Parts: sequence; C-alpha cells; structure tokens
Amino acid sequence: MDYFVELFFSGLTRGSIYALIALGYTMVYGIIGLINFAHGEIYMIGAFTALIVSTVLSIFGFPLPAIIILTALAAAIWASAYGYTVEKLAYRPLRNASRLSPLISAIGMSIFLQNYVLLAQTPDFLPFPALIPDFDFMEPYAGFIGSSDLVILVTTTVIMILLTLLIKFTRTGKAMRATAQDRKMAMLVGINVDHVISITFILGSALAAIGGMLIASHIGQINFYIGFIAGIKAFTAAVLGGIGSIPGAVLGSFILGLTESFATGYVSSDYEDVFAFSLLVLILIFRPSGLLGKATIEKV
Amino acid sequence: MNLSVKITSFCAAALLALGLCTSAMAADTIKIGVAGAHSGDLASYGLPTVKAAELVAADINAAGGINGKKVELLVEDDVCKPEVATNTATKLVSEGVNVVIGHICSGATKAALPIYRDAHVIVMSPSATNPALTQSGDYPNFYRTIASDDAQARTEVNFAINKLGVKKIAVIHDKGDYGKGLAEFAKKFIDDSGKAKVVLFEGITPGAVDYSAIVQKIRRSGADAVIFGGYHPEASKIVTQMRKKRMKTIFISDDGVKDDTFIKVAGKYAEGVYATGPADVTANPVTREYREKYKKAYGDEPGAFFDNAVAAALALTNAIAKAGSTDPAAIAKVLHTEDVATPFGMIHFDKHGDATGVGFTMYQVRDGKYVQVQ
Amino acid sequence: MLSFKDFGRACVVALWFMVLTFPLMVIKVNPIDRVITWRWHNMVWVGVGSFLCYLASRAWQIHRDARLRRIRLGQEEEKEPLSRRILQNPSIYRPLLAAGALFFLAFPGLFSTYQTNIMITALMYVVLGLGLNIVVGVAGLLDLGYVAFYAVGAYAYALLNLHFGLGFWTVLPIGGLLAATFGILLGFPVLRLRGDYLAIVTLGFGEIIRLILENWNEFSHGPSGISNIPRPGFFGIQMSLDQSITYLYYLMIGMVLFTIFVVNRLQNSRIGRAWFALREDEIACQAMGIDKTRTKLTAFALGATWAGMVGVIFAAKTTFVNPASFTFLESAIILCIVVLGGMGSIVGVIIAALVLILLPEYLRAFSEYRMLVFGAVLVIMMVFRPQGIVANIRKTYRVEEG
Repeated sequence: MDYFVELFFSGLTRGSIYALIALGYTMVYGIIGLINFAHGEIYMIGAFTALIVSTVLSIFGFPLPAIIILTALAAAIWASAYGYTVEKLAYRPLRNASRLSPLISAIGMSIFLQNYVLLAQTPDFLPFPALIPDFDFMEPYAGFIGSSDLVILVTTTVIMILLTLLIKFTRTGKAMRATAQDRKMAMLVGINVDHVISITFILGSALAAIGGMLIASHIGQINFYIGFIAGIKAFTAAVLGGIGSIPGAVLGSFILGLTESFATGYVSSDYEDVFAFSLLVLILIFRPSGLLGKATIEKV
Repeated sequence: MNLSVKITSFCAAALLALGLCTSAMAADTIKIGVAGAHSGDLASYGLPTVKAAELVAADINAAGGINGKKVELLVEDDVCKPEVATNTATKLVSEGVNVVIGHICSGATKAALPIYRDAHVIVMSPSATNPALTQSGDYPNFYRTIASDDAQARTEVNFAINKLGVKKIAVIHDKGDYGKGLAEFAKKFIDDSGKAKVVLFEGITPGAVDYSAIVQKIRRSGADAVIFGGYHPEASKIVTQMRKKRMKTIFISDDGVKDDTFIKVAGKYAEGVYATGPADVTANPVTREYREKYKKAYGDEPGAFFDNAVAAALALTNAIAKAGSTDPAAIAKVLHTEDVATPFGMIHFDKHGDATGVGFTMYQVRDGKYVQVQ
Repeated sequence: MLSFKDFGRACVVALWFMVLTFPLMVIKVNPIDRVITWRWHNMVWVGVGSFLCYLASRAWQIHRDARLRRIRLGQEEEKEPLSRRILQNPSIYRPLLAAGALFFLAFPGLFSTYQTNIMITALMYVVLGLGLNIVVGVAGLLDLGYVAFYAVGAYAYALLNLHFGLGFWTVLPIGGLLAATFGILLGFPVLRLRGDYLAIVTLGFGEIIRLILENWNEFSHGPSGISNIPRPGFFGIQMSLDQSITYLYYLMIGMVLFTIFVVNRLQNSRIGRAWFALREDEIACQAMGIDKTRTKLTAFALGATWAGMVGVIFAAKTTFVNPASFTFLESAIILCIVVLGGMGSIVGVIIAALVLILLPEYLRAFSEYRMLVFGAVLVIMMVFRPQGIVANIRKTYRVEEG
C-alpha cells in the first residue's frame, strides 16, 4: 500500500509539471485552434532566462527572496515577449491560411528557437540553482514528497483556479470566450480580436516561464532540449484531456503523470513512453475530442 | 608560332608541371585521417582528438617527418551519426589516407569500419568502447586505445561485490548504446559471480521531467547498490532524487559520469558516488608533456579522450616509422609486437586490437572531487 | 519606395529585438564558477540584422502591393511565375530536362566516390520527399511520424538478412509492403481524427516504433544496432567499394525515375483527384460520394511504401542501422523538403531535396546553423510563399464554346 501511495505522489508531481505547460497549449488552441508547437520552447526560454537572471542577481549579492521574486518576474516578462513576438511573426500573417500552414510554421518556430538557444548559449547541461528551499515541516514526509514537488503542485492548483476565474468573470475572459466561439462575430460586437489573441499568448507564455523556473529548480539542470521533450508530453496531456478546455488540460496531465508512474512502478520504465502514447491513441479512438473536449460539429 | 598557341602551350606545360608537382607532393606525405564529431552537441567529445593529432603531427613534422615524409592530417566531421560516418569514411578513403584516428562514437565507428576494411586502411579509435568492435573479429583493421565497456562493467561489479560486499544490486541504464551495453555486461557478470543478485534491471527515459517513480522502485527492490549505465545528466537527476528521498543506497556508475560536471550539477548530493574512469596517468611523463603542450597552445585544459587520442597518434606514427612503409600488414605487425611509449605507459595491441595496459579504476566523490579508491 | 516612417519603424523593431534577445544573446553565465560573460557585440548584430530584415520584408510588401494594385487597375498583365512558364513550355523544359538527365547519368564519372555517395543520400531524400508528398502535400494529412516507416524498411532488410539471409532485391518489395501494412495499421485508428490530432498521434506512433526498436533487444538488437548488412548484389558479382557505390547510385536514379513515374500517374488518376479533393474539403468530398476511409488509407499506405523501400536502401548503403537514425528530427527534415518544394509539386520536391541535403554537405563550416536555417525556412516559406518554390500546377481543362 505504501508503495502505491509513493507512486501516486510521484505521478502527481509529474502530472502537475505537465499541467503547468499544458495550460498554455490548451489556451492558445481554445482561442485560435492552433497547436502552438513552439510553446515548449517558450517554457525552455523561460527556464534559461530564470537561470541567467538568478545567477547574475546572486553574484551581485541579492538576498534569496528578492532573487526568487525578481527571477520569476524577469522570466515571465521575457517569455511573454517571446510568445508575443512568435505569434506576431509566425502565426498572425497566417490567420486566414489553410489549417496546415500555421501548424508547419509552428513546427519551424520550435526548431528555430531550440537551435537559437543552442547557439546563443550552450549545448551542454547547466546546473540550475535550487530556488525552492527544503521546508522543515516537510521533513517527516520526505520519503513521499519533496518540498519542490509540493510547491509545484500548489502552484498548478492556484494557477488553474485563477485562470478559470479570469475566463469566467473578467472582461478579458469574456472577450476570450467570445473570440473562441466565433472570431468574426466577436469582431462585429467590437472585440479587438488581435488584442485578445496577443493577451492569450502573453498569458500562456508567462505561465510557461513560471513553470520553467519551478521545474528547472526541481530537476536541478537545464539544456536547450528540455522544452521539446516536456512540450510533447504536455501537449499529449492537453489532447488527452480535450484540447481547448482548461480543466481538461489539468485532468489529462494528472492522468498521464499517474499512468507513467504506475507503468514504471508495476510494469517497467523501459516502455514508459510507449504506455503514454498508446493511452493517447486509445482515448482518441473512443473519444476523438479528448476526455473533456467538446465534440465540434462542422457546419457547412 | 603565333602568340595564342604559345600561350596555350605554356599554360598546358605549366598545368602539367603543377599536376606532376602535386602528385609528387602527394606521394611524399603520410596521410592520417582524423574522423569524429567536430560539430553539433557531441563536438566536445571529438574536438580534443583533433587537437591531439595536430600536436603529435606538428612534433613529428618539426623533427623532419616519418622516414623523411611529412605527416598530413585530413580532418573530417561525422557528427557521431552512422549515416554521415559512411560518407566521411568514403571521403577519406577516396582521398587516399594511410591510417585513420577515429571515429569517436561506437555507432559511427561500426558504420564506417566496413568501408575502411574493404580499402585495407588501419583505424584506431581513442574512444569507441563497444566490445563487439574488437571481440567479434569482424574488423581485423580496427584498434583502440581505450578499454572496452565489458572491462568497465567488470571493474564496477568486482568493486561492488568484493570491496563493498553488496548482495542486492539494481542495474539501471539510459537505453542508449553505451549505457545499455554496459548495464547488460554488469548484469551478466553479477549473475555469473553467484555472490550477489540483480534485483532490478530497467531503462529510464533520458530527458524525462522527473525520476521519482523509478527511484521509488529502486527503494522497493531493497537494493544495497545501484549500478547505472549512462551519462551524467541522468545520473545527477537520479542521485539527487534518491538523496532527497533520504535513500542511502550506494551509487556506482561509469566513465560517462566520471566528469566534473556531474559533481557541479549534483552538488552536495554527489558526495560518496562511485564512478569508474581511466587510471590516473598524470604522473606519466608523456601525459604531462602533451597536456602542457595543449595548455600552451590553447590556454585551457584538454577535454575528453585527449590522452587516448595522443596514444593513438603516437602508436600509429611509431608503427609507420618502424615498419618503414605504409603497407597495412607491416603496420599491423608492429602494432601487435612492439611497445610504444604513450600517456598510458608502454603499450602494444593484443590479437583483437585492444591496447594492453589501458584499464579502468574506481573513483569516489570526496569533498567535491573524484579521488581514486583502488 | 520605402518612406521615412518605415525607417522609424525599423528602428523600433530593431530595438525590440535587441531587448528581446538581451538575456540569451548577450549574457552567458557559468553558474558553477559564478562568472558572467557579457557579449555586447551580439546585441549590435541583432540590432543591425533585425533592422535590415524589417526593411527588406517591408520593401517586398510595398513592391507586391503596388503590383497587385496595377494588376487590379488593368495597367499590368498578371505575370505567370517563372517556374510555370518553364514547365508549360516544352521548348524550354525539354532541353533543361535533357541536360539534367545527362548530368545525373554522368555524375559518378565526373565526380569522386565521395560526391557520388552524398548524391545517393540526396536522391534517397528525393524519394522520401515524394512519398511524404502523397500524404501531406496531396492528401493534406499532416504526418509527423513518417520516419517510422523508413525505420520499418531499414530494419526489415537488416533483420530478414540476419535471420533468413534474404538478399536486397527480395527485401526491397517486402520492405515496401511491410511499411504499407504499418501505414494501414496506423491509418485505421486515426481516420476519425482531425488534422491537429492526427499530427500528434502520428508523432506518437513514430516515437513508439523508435522506442520499441531501442528496448526490445531480442528482436532488434537494441540501441547498439545491427551491423554488417550486405550491400546490394548484382548477380553475385563481387564489387569493390567504388563499384558498389556507383552501382547503388544508378540503382537510386532508377528508383527516383520509377517514383516520379508512379507518383505522377497516381496524381492524375481517380484516386489522386480524390486526394486533392480530400485536402480541399472533407465534407464536400463525402457529399460527392468519395469513400473517405479508403482514400485516406490508400494515401497512408502508398506514402509509407516509398519510405519502406528507401529504408531498405538506407540499410544497404550504410550497412548499419540503429534506432538513433530514426528520430523526430528526420521526420521534420522530410517535412521541410515537402513544404519548401511546394506541397503536391513533384518538381518542387526534387529541387528542395537536392538543395536541403546537398547544401549543408558542401557548407560544412556552417553545419551548426543547419537546423536553425531549417526552422527559419519553414516559417518564412509559410509566411511569404506558402505554395513552395515550385507551385503545384493543377491540370486545367477549357471548354471551347462553339
């Protein structure tokens, strides 16, 4: 039983890591129906910015709380700027093109950003400082769940609640929902659609950057490739839960994380990814729009 | 004779002379190919070999060459990819190399070797550790100045069983060519010894965001020690998560982990980790000589496989000099029979093509440094 | 012409990019030794580069808008693109074709074995591109796991040769068939999925195949791969390395011609039209009575067949296969070829494959930038020229009134 609980917690950690990234995928897809392949790279850029800023600050002798806050701010700001620029350069000109064009453009952007960081920084792994300290009150449970796991879990939950509230109750949220339902109609009622889409990208990128910082601090190292690997998994999770739906992305992430964890624990980690992708295929066969996704009926 | 004819004939004569000249020059040099990863994410494994070959070649040329012939290096990149390595090998062969130092990665070496074998070119790798390369007998033209993976696995297993006296061992690998091969040998040696038991044998996914599930599994298996086959990024993640979960399981790993980056990344959690690596040769005068030359030329410490590459370059050039020709059979004979002074001491090559006296020893992280413990 | 305002905006763009790339391009930290390296010169490069790029794209935009306006006003005839003028005029394209054919036939005689070897690789990508073109370009199904079929072919030859001693010529069709079977196997579950879902499932499928090859040692020899695969034979004659490479080259030329012939015939066939129709509008397609399931499955199967056959040739050429050769990156490169060439266009795909594979080989010094350029090419092509280098020409029929 203990073993089950242990695996459950490690699945939860994994799931919440995926969820932090999957939220960005799902938001963008909900609004413009585009799989933003470059989102994983934005997460990686956020982590790199956090590493650079935190190292510079710590060399200049700032205290730890200041470092954490400033790093999070800087990572979120720069990642948002990247998200905004990517949307403007690679997706906006293609808004009225066929479905395939923006998708290919997104794949291109992802490859470009990966190699940009590889060339501008380094191909090697860099150690990431542990920004989250080990809490004393967590000591008795250290065997099950670490302090950083807890922080990630709590952050994911808080962010999900905040996002849901934002979309349900604020003006921007209403504009987002309207744009998602019908872009032309939204324009007609006076919503600045370009503006709404930009905000979505900025918000998603900022989340990815915070996720990047927390996850990098949890793992303790980063390189240019982390965004691609985590991005694919997070994307799988978002599709699993029904892309476009925010609770769906979180649910999908936890299911994926738990599946991988139990597959490793009770079967073998050799085929961990095979389990993950097979689960995706199975769910899509029986529910082509994911667990919580709405089935869209195409009207002519 | 009008002017244009004159000019034409002059040009033709000049071209002919130039042609003769280059072909005469070509015959006057000994061409050594240097192949490996010189760009891309694995470049740091391949570039030190190029530098080593350049240093040795410069020394030889400064002393008048081998038997009066200058040494010429042909450097080719294979990015550690098998499909590129065959192109690289074809290029070197068609340019008429006499011997080759390389390739760096085992996979690329395997793909390139048949081409060299068919062209009767002797190849010596400073870093390809796959056991089958020498032991299968498929490639009589292949030599190496590094010990093979099975030797490394044997060192790890012997150390774990005889020195540390562990009874239950978990063998983990990163599913890669190097890591998985090593792990399979370790498992075989443990099973054969009869003194310990493999309680877990699994591969992990490199680059995954979290390894706590596999760490829990290791704990549940009740292993006294973990033998990990793979590279330092995954090793540091696993060690960190094990220690964070307050597990004191002994962690033993390989040459891919015996890297200072591992200690820097894993920080305090690296303390006490064992890793095998090439024997410490800093006391050897040849090693010191070339390391200093490198420092003088490039200003920093030489990188991975530098000593092995120096050894390969010295062994090959020595063999060509002693054989008095570039005939592969004559070179091979010298390589097998005569000792040569290298960074690893006096070495020659056994009947498989493995260098004698190049082995592995065990290191442990103590106070943030790798210290030899055997 | 560029106005003063454009220069002002170019300055703003340059400034934006300088700030945007500031942390990653200028600062480089070493967190262990706690050293910061400031690389201010990079900032200058970024500024100047983005300034010029903005001006260039703006100039292009102005030029295009002006021309479109003139065409609308009837002041200028709409010009046919150069590629189309060449392709539609036999007196131009026939000599070009003849010269091209002569060049390719004489290639091994003119250049060294090494050059021939590289050309073989490029030709392999031509066939791969044409194969993927059926799936992505013609039928409009975004397949991100194409490399899986390539792997199936390569391992089919490696394993059948290892265990049963089957020769190259026997396995070539078997590899193709096997890949087609896998194509159908993958096709069935994903038929109901829309474009984006399809993309991620095919990507997952590609990964699954690679992971199985990596982990199932008893079957595939794991990550260390299979070596000593024989090169293709020619009635049992022993060949030297040079000869066998030349032989492989001509074999590949034959393969390319065969592919072009088949793909061309397919595109103009009933099923080819159905693919085009499917790409344009699935619902209209069904309304016209086209069997969607069968049409999609044939696209998958036929596309996969080529990958399988090239896989067999790949194994025979390198004489060694391991799972590391079949990563997602490989799929991305093949996709890049199709997109750059122009989706659905045979000539375009051939040119794109030759450019994308040969250029990096000869520009080894810039090989670090290869993937960066690949990524940028995908984006730039989509934004500025979504129809590719050579736009696909659909057959047009005119009904003369009379």
